[in-house]
Amino acid sequence: MKRPQAVNPGSQTKLGSQTRPKLGIIARIFYTERTRPLLIALLAILLSVIAISVLLVALGKNPLAALQGLLQGSGILPKPRYAGGKSMLSDFLGFLDAMTPMLFAALAVAIAFKAGLFNIGVSGQMLLAGFVTTVLVGYSGLDALIAKPLVLLIGFVVGGLLGAFVGILKARFNIHEVVSTIMFNYIVQFIVSFFIKSYYIDPVSRQSHLIDESARLTLINVSVGDITTRVPLCFLLAIVVAVVLYLLLKKTGLGFELRAVGTNKKAAHYAGIRSNRTIVTAMALSGCCAGLAGVTYYLGYFGSIEPASLTSVGFDSIAVALLGNSNPIACILASLLITILTYGSTYMSSIAGVSSYIAQLMVAIVLLFCACSAYLEFVVASRRSKDLETNESEGDDDR
Amino acid sequence: MIPLIVNGLSYALPLFIIGIGGIYSERSGVTNLALEGLLGFGAFAGGLFVALSAGFLATGSGMQFYLSFVIAAIGGAVFSLLHALLCIKLRANQVISGVVINIAAMALTAFLTVQINSMAFGAESNKFLLSPAPRYSVPILKDISVLGGFFTDAYSFEVLILILAAIFWFILYRTRFGLHVRACGDNPQAVDAAGINVARVRFIAVMISGLLSGVGGMCFAYSISTNVSPAIYFGAGYLAIAAMIFGNWKIVPTLAACLIFGFARSAAQQLVLFLKMDSSVIDLAMTIPYILVLILLIFFSKSNKAPKALGSSYDKSER
Repeated sequence: MKRPQAVNPGSQTKLGSQTRPKLGIIARIFYTERTRPLLIALLAILLSVIAISVLLVALGKNPLAALQGLLQGSGILPKPRYAGGKSMLSDFLGFLDAMTPMLFAALAVAIAFKAGLFNIGVSGQMLLAGFVTTVLVGYSGLDALIAKPLVLLIGFVVGGLLGAFVGILKARFNIHEVVSTIMFNYIVQFIVSFFIKSYYIDPVSRQSHLIDESARLTLINVSVGDITTRVPLCFLLAIVVAVVLYLLLKKTGLGFELRAVGTNKKAAHYAGIRSNRTIVTAMALSGCCAGLAGVTYYLGYFGSIEPASLTSVGFDSIAVALLGNSNPIACILASLLITILTYGSTYMSSIAGVSSYIAQLMVAIVLLFCACSAYLEFVVASRRSKDLETNESEGDDDR
Repeated sequence: MIPLIVNGLSYALPLFIIGIGGIYSERSGVTNLALEGLLGFGAFAGGLFVALSAGFLATGSGMQFYLSFVIAAIGGAVFSLLHALLCIKLRANQVISGVVINIAAMALTAFLTVQINSMAFGAESNKFLLSPAPRYSVPILKDISVLGGFFTDAYSFEVLILILAAIFWFILYRTRFGLHVRACGDNPQAVDAAGINVARVRFIAVMISGLLSGVGGMCFAYSISTNVSPAIYFGAGYLAIAAMIFGNWKIVPTLAACLIFGFARSAAQQLVLFLKMDSSVIDLAMTIPYILVLILLIFFSKSNKAPKALGSSYDKSER
C-alpha cells in the first residue's frame, strides 16, 4: 500500500529544489513544504464547514446557531443557563473526558498510517482491552492507587497484543490489515457480547455492571466550589503520549524505520530495514494506543460496556488522524475539533432541533474532504508549477 | 440438514453477488473496500422505495418486491460514483476512500432514515419496514433426501442472483468490455496504448460493483431482518472481499468461498439449536464466518495473485 498522504512525487521534488516561485503574496508567506499539510487540513476543514452549512440551511436550520450550539455543548462558549451544580467548567471537563479516548484512538490510527498501515480495527481493540480490564480489575475492589495504574497497564498490553497479532498476519501471511482488523471487530464484538450477556449483565441498564469507583479513570462527582464535575485523570497522559510518539517518530531509529517502511517498503527493505519486524512493531504500538483508548473510554468516560455494539470513536479517530496528517501533535488539535462535533452535537441537536445522527454525518463530511487531500495537494502543486513556468518566462523577458 | 442448506444458501448467494461486484472493480484495478457502504446505501434506497410506494403499490406485492431490487441497484450504483470519483478522478488513496465511504454511508443512511421517517411519516424511527420476501419450493426436486434442501423454501431473489451472476460472468469473460476490464487491472498502459479510455472502463466497472452490491444489500435486508436499519452493516461487504481474495479474483471459486461461509454459519446455528444450548451461545456461533475468513486467508492470501495494477491510480506518464 502506498503511504496514505503520498504526494504526487514528481511535483514535490521539482518544487522543493526550485527558487521561490511567483505566487500571490499570501501564498508566498504561508505556503512552504513545512506548512503544506496544515494548509491542506485547513482547506479540508473550510470545505467541510461550507458543505455542513449548506446541509443545515437545506434542513431549514441556522448554521451559525448550530455552530454556537456545538461550542456551548463542549463548554467552550457559555450556555444561556445551567442546571444546578453545572457550569461551563463542568461542561468543558466532560468534553476533555470525551476527548481523551478520541486522542488515544487517533494516535493509534496515526502511528499505523506512518508505517503505511491502516488500522480500522481500533474500535475492536478498544472493546477487547476495555472488557478484559473490566473483568480483571473493574470488579476486584482493589485500592485506587493500585487499580488505576493496573487498568492502564492491562489495557495497554491487551491492545498491543491484538495489534501485534494483526501485524503478524500482515507480515507473515500477507493478509490485508483492513480485512483482518474488520474481522477482529466482529469477532471481539460477538464474544464480548456473549460474556457480558451471560455473566456481567445489569438487568436494569442492559449493560455490564458499573465498575468500582476505585478502578475508574475518571473521577465523577468532584465538588469544586458550588459545582460538581467529573475530572478526566488521563487527559494529560494522552498529551504526553502524543509528544512521546512525536519524538519517537522524529528522533529515534525505530521512528525512522517506521516512516521508511511507510513511504516505500521495498526501498526500506533494500536499505537493510527488516520491514516485517517494523510492521509488527508499528501495529503493536498502534494496538497499545487503542488499548489505552479502550480503558479511558469504557473505564473512564462510561464505566460500563454495552453488549453487541462497537463505539464510533474508533472510526471517528480515522478522521482525526487524516486531518492531522498522522502527525501526533497535530492530532491533538484535530481531535479537539472532531470531539467538538461528536460531543457538542448532543446539546446542539437539543437546541437547534437537528437529529443527533447529524454528528456522524458531519464527521463523515470532514472525512470525505480529507480523503480528497491528495487531490487538493495535486491541485495546489500544479497551480504552483504553473506559476513557476510563468515566473521563468517573465524572467527571460527581463533579460 | 434441510434448514442448514436453506439458511446457508440465503446467506451465501447475496454474499456471492456482492463478491462479483468486488471482482469487477478490482479486476479493473480499483481496490474496493467500499462494498459494505455500497450495499448499505443500496438497501437504504430500496427500503425508501418500499416505504414511499406503500400508497400506490400493494404492500408485499411482487411488483413492489422486484422494483425494490431495481431501485437498490440504482442506489448502489449512484453511491459508487463517489468511490469512482475519489479514486479515479481525484487520485485519493483507494483504501482510504473505501473506508471513508463505508463510514459516510453508515452516517448518511442513518441520518436520512430518521429524517425521512420523521418528516414523511411523523415517527422518528431508524428503520424502514419491509414485507417478508416470498419463498418457493420446487415440487418434485425438493423431495430428494439431502439435495432437496437446495430446492426448498428458496427466496425468489436467489434465482435472480444466479441469473445476474451468469450474465455478469459472461460479460467479464466473453465480451470485449470484459476483456478491457481485466486488462485495465493488469496493464492499464497497454489498454491506453490500444486507444481505450482507462478511466472510463474503471468508472463503469466501479458502477457495476455498486449495482451488484445494492442488489446484495437488498437481499440481506429481506432475508436477515425484513427491515432496512443500521443492522445491515454487519460486515457482509468485507466478507465478500475475503471471499473474493480467497477465490483468487475469479467468479466461480468466489462462489465456492461464499458457500463455505454460508454453510459454516448456518451449521453453527443449527448446532446450537440441536444441542439445545442457551440462546446467548448464538453470539458465539455468529463469529464462525469471521474466524473462518481469517483461517482461510492465512492459507490462501500468500499464494493468490491480485491484479497487477490493483490499488494504483492510472497515470499516463508512468511507464
